[in-house]
Amino acid sequence: MAQNNSRRDFLLSGLAATGVVTGCASKANVFEQSFDEQVKPSGKMVKLLSVDGEVIEVDEAYLKPIPEMPIITNAEERIGIPGRKFVMVIDLSRCKSLKKCQAACDYAHHLHPDINWLKIYPMQDAEQAAPYWQPTNCMHCDEPPCVKVCPVDATFKRQDGIVLIDSERCVGCRFCMAACPYSSRIFNWEAPGVSDKIASVPYSCEKSVPQIKGTVGKCDFCPDRARENKLPHCAEACPNGVFFFGDMLEDSVTNGAETYRFSELIKDKAGYRLMEDLGTKPSVYYLPPVNRSFPFENKDAVVE
Amino acid sequence: MENLAKQKIIEDLLPQKFGKQGTIWVIVLLVLCSIGFYAYCRQLYYGLAVTGMRDYASWGIYISNFVFFVAISLVGSLITAVLRLSDVHWSTPLTRIAEIIAVSAITFASLIIIVDMGRPDRFYNLFLYGRLQSPIIWDVIVISTYFIISLLLLYFPLLPDLKIMIGFKERNGKWLQKLYIFLGSFWKNTPAQFKITDKAINILAITIIPVAFSIHTVTSWLFATTYRPGWDSTNFGAYFISGAFLVGSGGVLIAMYIFRTHYKLEKYITDMHFDKMGKVVVLLALLYLYFNVNEFLVPAFKMKKSEEHHLLGLFTGEYAPIFWFAISTAMIIPILILIFKKGRKPKAAFVAGILVVVGSWFKRYLIVTPTLLHPFLPMYDVPASYKHYFPTWEEWAIAIGSLAGALLVITFFARIFPIVPIHETIIETESNENETHL
Repeated sequence: MAQNNSRRDFLLSGLAATGVVTGCASKANVFEQSFDEQVKPSGKMVKLLSVDGEVIEVDEAYLKPIPEMPIITNAEERIGIPGRKFVMVIDLSRCKSLKKCQAACDYAHHLHPDINWLKIYPMQDAEQAAPYWQPTNCMHCDEPPCVKVCPVDATFKRQDGIVLIDSERCVGCRFCMAACPYSSRIFNWEAPGVSDKIASVPYSCEKSVPQIKGTVGKCDFCPDRARENKLPHCAEACPNGVFFFGDMLEDSVTNGAETYRFSELIKDKAGYRLMEDLGTKPSVYYLPPVNRSFPFENKDAVVE
Repeated sequence: MENLAKQKIIEDLLPQKFGKQGTIWVIVLLVLCSIGFYAYCRQLYYGLAVTGMRDYASWGIYISNFVFFVAISLVGSLITAVLRLSDVHWSTPLTRIAEIIAVSAITFASLIIIVDMGRPDRFYNLFLYGRLQSPIIWDVIVISTYFIISLLLLYFPLLPDLKIMIGFKERNGKWLQKLYIFLGSFWKNTPAQFKITDKAINILAITIIPVAFSIHTVTSWLFATTYRPGWDSTNFGAYFISGAFLVGSGGVLIAMYIFRTHYKLEKYITDMHFDKMGKVVVLLALLYLYFNVNEFLVPAFKMKKSEEHHLLGLFTGEYAPIFWFAISTAMIIPILILIFKKGRKPKAAFVAGILVVVGSWFKRYLIVTPTLLHPFLPMYDVPASYKHYFPTWEEWAIAIGSLAGALLVITFFARIFPIVPIHETIIETESNENETHL
């Protein structure tokens, strides 16, 4: 009997104690400032819409900016934009190696000064063949050798065809760099050296900013721009309209000024992909350099 | 067997303190390890930019050191398992040397891989998010398995020796005595215990062979699963394994000579052992030479466009000095030395062993980096430093530090435990006497 009473007493005293504590801690309004957050009202009022649909006025000093968070979660970034299959067509007959594309991409992603995701190679397929400039970025292959070898799923292929890198998971083993035959991937051997403002931006796989020391990077087809129905930075920056970007499912590609049916463009202009025989199934097509807009000039070439 | 003879064997084989040369050796190794550690701290702080690796030569001497370590560690399975299962008895005094080389090498293989990672702080990702489709995860699995089996193959035959050593309390000193008791005081030399360990050693010796073949095959697939010229070869598994047995045996030749001269083990590691081991190395060098001919002659016959630049670079171009140096020191000169009976005397065999190991280290470098500097597309739109590769002092310090560390582990092991198995030597001598009496 005595034991039962003591248990009941214990429970009752516990409840009483909780009641006292809650009573002390309860406030009439949970949105009130806590003691250590006292901010002096500035006097300037801002009109806001309350949750009840009323227009209220709040002192500006009481407003706290929310941190800039990526609106897409990592899980969504790994799945991709549903119902799209991104594809790029590069018209080699128009390229003059102005490198505006490279500059725009480097700037938009705040890359280390030594690094370019987009490289423009002087190519000549045979001794008698024509020399031409070839802008080369990641091919976003449908059978990506880089994705096959990644040990931690830091690089992955999405449903919309884009191959992305999650720099918060990458362990820096660089196996993907060895596996890629197109030399598309770069490595952040040291920190990119960006300003504090950029460095404090929360990382998102789709924006790929800021680049992280000790991880791999590459062209990402700018999916953050695609979500806003904008072209990738390279396509927008090129003054000659070399880059066409679009959707294979919609069968259309555009360089901003001109829009074509993707399948017709490839058939008409005999589009091809690089290193087709390797079986990587790239998503970047090239239109051969016929009817050139500019003659080939390589100022860096050694005169023999 | 007479007790006196038994006592003599035990006295000869007990671990000895470091003499003057031994102490200098340990101090040099410790200094090399410390410099390597300091260089690694710099690498952690500044990033891998302190190395000479860049986007094209993205794998350098850390990875070639990794391949080198995995290769050397195969010798454990060769001597302890293959020869034991073939009922070969002359190799018994060499089993513990081979096994500690294997354990030490595989440990430092794992360490140098962590050193090469851009984000070693995310090492646990390999286990949390590991993808079974990746050859790197296969490597993690087989290397961990090999490490555990090798450790057990080192420990089980050590148990009867621990019992012998526990009996020498004054000679051991306080801490070693505690260590021996902790490791082996439960061992009572009963027939039941021997039955268990003999069976266990037999099972482990059988299982270690496919695991050993797996570790170096999977390591070779880190290269062979890519498209690159020089790596895109079906030959790679067998090529790597034959090279691994060769460099491991060369390492055993070196270790045999050093332990024999320093610990005065001439009666246990005899001229006959050098003669037999020398013959093994000749066989393995000829086998590796055969695989090299296949690996280089066949693509050179075809000279595919993507491979032409790479092959000419190796034969006559910028890598030609290293290439021909490696081929001659790792295979040709050791064969020429060891094929003659005089060349299989201890000192000559020791020199041949050193040539094999040094040549093999450079051979591993030639497998890793030149291919990366011959990509399919031109090297362009990159700083000039990206188009070449030479390791920086930090890389050399870390690579040499890892080699020094592996040697340090072997050195300390020989200081603590008998490097020639005492119990097995007694058994072998007894059975030899019984045979002669019969």
